[in-house]
Amino acid sequence: MSEHGDSRPQWVTDALLIGGALLATYAVFTVFGLVLGLDVNGIVSTLQRVTFFAAVYALLALALNLHWGYTGLFNIGVAGFMAVGVYAMGLLSSAEQGFGLPLWIGVVGGMIAAALVGLLAALPALRLRADYFAIVTLGLSEIIRRALLSSSLREFEIGGQSLGTGGGSGIGFPATEGVVDYVLYAGAERGGDPALLGSLLFPLAETVGIQPSVVRSSVYTALLVVFVIAFYLVLSRIGASPFGRVLKGIREDEVAARSLGKHTNTAKIKVFMLGCALMGLAGMLWQGSRGTVTPSQFMPIVTFYVFVALIVGGSGSNAGSIVGGLVFAAALWEGPPFVRRIIRANMDVSTPTTIYDALLPLADLDVLPLVGYLVGSLDEIRFMIVGIVLVVLMLWRPDGLLGHRKEIAAATDLSRPSRRAGREGVEEGGDP
Amino acid sequence: MSETSEAPAEQRDAGEALLAVENLRKTFGGIVAVDDASFSVERGTITGLIGPNGAGKSTTFDCITGVYTPDAGTVTFDGEEITGRSPPAIADRGLVRTFQIAREFPEMTVLENVLLAPKDQLGESLWRSVAPIARREVVEQEEELVEQAWETLEFFEIDHLAREYAGTLSGGQRKLLELARALQTEPSMLLLDEPMAGVNPSLEKKLLERVHDLQERGYTFLIVEHDMDVIMNHCERVIVMHQGSVLAEGEPAAIKEDERVIEAYLGGEN
Repeated sequence: MSEHGDSRPQWVTDALLIGGALLATYAVFTVFGLVLGLDVNGIVSTLQRVTFFAAVYALLALALNLHWGYTGLFNIGVAGFMAVGVYAMGLLSSAEQGFGLPLWIGVVGGMIAAALVGLLAALPALRLRADYFAIVTLGLSEIIRRALLSSSLREFEIGGQSLGTGGGSGIGFPATEGVVDYVLYAGAERGGDPALLGSLLFPLAETVGIQPSVVRSSVYTALLVVFVIAFYLVLSRIGASPFGRVLKGIREDEVAARSLGKHTNTAKIKVFMLGCALMGLAGMLWQGSRGTVTPSQFMPIVTFYVFVALIVGGSGSNAGSIVGGLVFAAALWEGPPFVRRIIRANMDVSTPTTIYDALLPLADLDVLPLVGYLVGSLDEIRFMIVGIVLVVLMLWRPDGLLGHRKEIAAATDLSRPSRRAGREGVEEGGDP
Repeated sequence: MSETSEAPAEQRDAGEALLAVENLRKTFGGIVAVDDASFSVERGTITGLIGPNGAGKSTTFDCITGVYTPDAGTVTFDGEEITGRSPPAIADRGLVRTFQIAREFPEMTVLENVLLAPKDQLGESLWRSVAPIARREVVEQEEELVEQAWETLEFFEIDHLAREYAGTLSGGQRKLLELARALQTEPSMLLLDEPMAGVNPSLEKKLLERVHDLQERGYTFLIVEHDMDVIMNHCERVIVMHQGSVLAEGEPAAIKEDERVIEAYLGGEN
């Protein structure tokens, strides 16, 4: 029996991997930026945007990984739980359309609201098989979106306080991005005198030509990265524990887990509520960052994107969820428009309006119209790229980039205890 | 590890019924799977449950362990009625089963499979598995559990497979793993559904030795099995089911001679 000599803890391996992937992404986008002739401000701004989307998708994929990767709960209502989080925060903290409470109360309240809606979904759905559970969550997420759109919730009163979701025009509230003003500006007023971190960062940024607004966004993005790390740590702890083992047992064979005395219903409710709260939080950090949301930001497609990120990275792996978020944001989301800009800037391409016009010149070995057509309809073609990536991945690595679900669910080292000598300990004390 | 004195049979009279099933009935639509079945299993025995295919043996197991709720009848375990309780509640009482087709957790390692089973794990509470100080206790308990798990794997001689995924094991090894896992819950009685199915002869011998070892430690067994040699040579009592009802109950020698049993079940063989 060879004992495994894993000298490095899991998180070190994960950190190296994610750090490497991030650096590689930065390198590619920096090259893109240089090719396009962007200045330092433009490049930093680009990297900030890529990191922002990587972080929010990583947060959502991590939360979904707890549901789907660990527990096998097929939740395809991610967008709905995000919406609950953001709107609950909005109703609590908006001055015009809500109670006008401090933002942190709104954030906590948003997480609680998302968890409670998760409970509401989990209670009846617990008895259902995975596929029916999926339908319930998808239905719920659409019900939430339609409800937020409805005119009856546009404005209502609770205890003399006038509230409202604002229907299709959405709700305005203090932007979560505003929290960075506390460390950047004196009196937390954007554009005021620099304070604390601000007095350090702004002059530094100015010398290399980065604008204050980019600095502000970058600091907020850094906060998101901190949240990603926090999610990772908490979820890894849950995974590497007896509770995580029960979750895996539910995923693998719930009947068997129950017959071993595991109270799987309680575990499922807990984990579903926790995951929903995290989805709500991720929603607030993402969709709430601009200070206004509309129901159209919570279409079911958002759930699909999160699933793509999780599957690309590898479900069952927390590091995989983060890498998946990064790959999705960089390669599938932010990358293609950049390629378009580079092509348009460097090649004289026309944009045919039909595929026929694009393909016909191929007979004369003229590929430019086709390139132009592809580039011109990139917004649609992006979805095809996502599909192709998924198909290729399923053929080449069905478990995702980092999948294999091999993160061991135990709170301690699993090596055979060495203190026992020989086998007499087994014969004498081997009874359970 | 606990001493044998903890096993339940030591303090009590042998011959007392540990499990009693009375007038159990379960129908699926128009099909009566279990029809008024009554039997009991004495503490400390290895009891065989036999019958032709479709006799209702597995459904009876499912009704006893809470997978199905019986339409009528009662199940009493260790002096307490457990009819219609949930599977985890019944397993908590010390009545644990294995399945006809082994239900290992395929994408978990053998060691993880075995580690999942023990009862009262502190770390099964969500906050304890995350909270910094509370987690220390979890880790301490986990170290004991790991040691115990290795011992159990050694007992079943599958310790060399500890780090393999359970899904890669052979059919017979899965049966061993399932039994090992069930034992980790520290049950007082085990219901084994065809534990020898798909197990090669040498492994079967090993498994039977294990069962006898465990019986000596005070465990009670109810075993569904099709292999008549196993039933006749290893069980003290045999219950014969036929068309959902209990046809006969008694010692193997007597069952062998029973005309009704021969007609219903053994007839083709003799």
